[in-house]
Amino acid sequence: MQYSSWFFQGGCHIPDYKKPVCSQPLLKAPVPEKVYISVCQHLGAPAKPLVEKGDQVKLGDLICEAQGFVSANIHASVSGTVLGLEKRPLADGRFTDCLVLENDGLDTLNPTILKSKDTLVELSAAEIREKIQACGIVGLGGAAFPTHIKYLPAQDGRKAECIILNGIECEPYISDDYRTMLDEADRIIHGLLYMLKAADCQQGIIAIEDNKKDAYEYLVQKTATFAQLQVILCKERFPQGSEKQLVYSITGQEVPAGKLPLDVGVIVNNVGTAVAVANAVEQNLPLYERPITLNGSGIKNPGNYLVRIGTLYQDLAQSAGGLTGEVLKVINGGPMMGFSVPHLEIPVIKNTTALLFMTKKDLPDFAAERHCVRCARCLSACPMQLEPTKLVHAIKRKEWESAKTADLLSCLECGSCTYVCPARIPLVQYFRLGKQYLANDGQGARNPDFII
Amino acid sequence: MQLEQPLIVSSSPHIHSGYTISGAMRDVIYALSPAVIAAVYFFGLQAFAVILTCILAAVLAEFCCQKIMARPITLSDGSAALTGLLLAMCLPPALPLWIAALGSFFAIIIGKQVFGGLGCNVFNPAHIGRAILLASFPAQMTTWSKPQNSFAAFATDAVSGSTPLAELKNLSQQIPPQEVMTVILENINFLDLVSGNTSGSLGETSALLLLLGGLYLIFRGHIDWRIPTFYLGSVFVIMFVYGIFHGYGFEFPLFHLLSGGLMIGAFFMATDWVTSPLTYKGRIIFALGLGFLTCLIRLKSSYTEGVCYAILLMNTLTPLIDRYTKRRVFGRQEK
Repeated sequence: MQYSSWFFQGGCHIPDYKKPVCSQPLLKAPVPEKVYISVCQHLGAPAKPLVEKGDQVKLGDLICEAQGFVSANIHASVSGTVLGLEKRPLADGRFTDCLVLENDGLDTLNPTILKSKDTLVELSAAEIREKIQACGIVGLGGAAFPTHIKYLPAQDGRKAECIILNGIECEPYISDDYRTMLDEADRIIHGLLYMLKAADCQQGIIAIEDNKKDAYEYLVQKTATFAQLQVILCKERFPQGSEKQLVYSITGQEVPAGKLPLDVGVIVNNVGTAVAVANAVEQNLPLYERPITLNGSGIKNPGNYLVRIGTLYQDLAQSAGGLTGEVLKVINGGPMMGFSVPHLEIPVIKNTTALLFMTKKDLPDFAAERHCVRCARCLSACPMQLEPTKLVHAIKRKEWESAKTADLLSCLECGSCTYVCPARIPLVQYFRLGKQYLANDGQGARNPDFII
Repeated sequence: MQLEQPLIVSSSPHIHSGYTISGAMRDVIYALSPAVIAAVYFFGLQAFAVILTCILAAVLAEFCCQKIMARPITLSDGSAALTGLLLAMCLPPALPLWIAALGSFFAIIIGKQVFGGLGCNVFNPAHIGRAILLASFPAQMTTWSKPQNSFAAFATDAVSGSTPLAELKNLSQQIPPQEVMTVILENINFLDLVSGNTSGSLGETSALLLLLGGLYLIFRGHIDWRIPTFYLGSVFVIMFVYGIFHGYGFEFPLFHLLSGGLMIGAFFMATDWVTSPLTYKGRIIFALGLGFLTCLIRLKSSYTEGVCYAILLMNTLTPLIDRYTKRRVFGRQEK
């Protein structure tokens, strides 16, 4: 077994709760009668709708066009009729325009999409990039950063020496990347080969956490014939899957504050993104479907589902057997960094990795915040080597300058400090408040007096 | 789909490790309990009475303070009871109970609550209690009884004796250093020091059981191994060098490690979360300072015991140490 040579400081160990889902293969979720496709599914500028009420669309048709440099195309995830534009909330609280499509149940495929699969095609770097861009591929790990931008030739001649595929999946409860690695290993490898080609790079690494050894062994076997590919195990520790921590574990290099992995010669993509890239390059298949884990003790059939973009959470829950017990919280993403949502009439977008239906037994008992007892667990847990308790003191006193000097802006918001705090201080929540205040220079940010 | 009740919306993380202050305090009390039982065995019911008095007085003081200041009552976290227990472990077994109770009041009120309660105190509360008692009642605080080796023995049976460290100090002023250790080891052997069968405060006796308790706390992740290791290590090294240069021989550093309040100080007092530095580097500096001050007081002052004052003095430096031992943030250059 090949372990990574480095190991980042800090982080915390979290029981993974993946048991109910990790043995469930990826299943196609039923396609709902109506889908709600948000124009804002990626980091960057919202896309511009190209269709109008009454238009007929086929599965995979381009319906929203990318606007500006950081943006991505959006495609129809069903065939049928456009019912119009509607405002809908997303999991993170934004209200966005959503195109409502009525499913005709036929799944008539856009004719440019090819059926053939699993044969490597020879294309130039530029052609691969164009296909990635045209198919609206974004990072599927959660950030939804448009993928083609990572593969543009850098202006200043920076070049990637290796591409790391992130199969760490360090958030508990979630297993869609793990299932992707087991069920679509060939697609991942093809995707990685195209990425290497697009970046003109010689080394591809797939990183897996050591609680998923079977995926590691399977991928080692699958990549044996490719000299340029390597599978590396990383020690289990949250947040191993965070980009900066992962780059450090694999290469031993720290991504400087405010810089990108490319500054140390690395491109990082999620394993799911590699599958999407392979589909785009070989079949012109746009990103209209993604794997999502449904877990938590509040859902009847926990599992991993291939879900059409735009499916409402309630339709998805229904197709997993519906809810069971008293669901207190529904989380989009992982329990450490995900968003809790107020209701289930929210559509799936390209970065929805998981939906967790949490009942009382999944959630901690409420406990009031106490004064810090200086146990320093937050310092040990911080993967960025900050001093979280000192930062909270500064924010509570509204000493914004000293919070900035103490490097508040380096915080990843991974939540490790809050997870381990015995005084139950909502540390990362204070940091979000402080960061918002600093980012807006105190202008337009919510008045911290309300909260502190 | 109709939900049974509205969903909770909150900012992540949505889970918690379940690590609590009260859980940690409970573990510290568990870790101390073998040494507590040994103390009661060696010094009898009188010791038990001192322990009980200290705990009850500490809990009462905490309750009254929080009531008067209209703050939430936090007795259930066990920190007041622990302060009382730790104070009792620093007191002589035959101490009049009213003095013990007074010590607990001082520890909680002056040591902790006037600063704002748990987490705000500058000094180790138990040691504040002990220091005030030592200054106010020097005679009672230095009257030691010999171990009785019976749970039932009572104070009236106790014979006064001096602690091993006091004997060491006495002897080294009377006879040449070459003979000091020989004379001392005629009366007390190392096995007694390890097991606790000597005169001294309740918790200054059984080095072995305190060590076991301390290792349990390290194993459970409640305290940092660096503080006891560097504290005990630096005391050993300094005493070793001093012993060599002054002709005390090789038993000298070991004798210092095993006697007095060093073990309980290193594992249970110096590692107090609130009053020790935050960073690993800071804790090492803190522990080395403790070792140096302990040796300085034991060797060069009129006191026989230096742990309590060393810890209180280093507590004052904790904020300063914190300021100068900041870590390099990931992805930033060293400033």
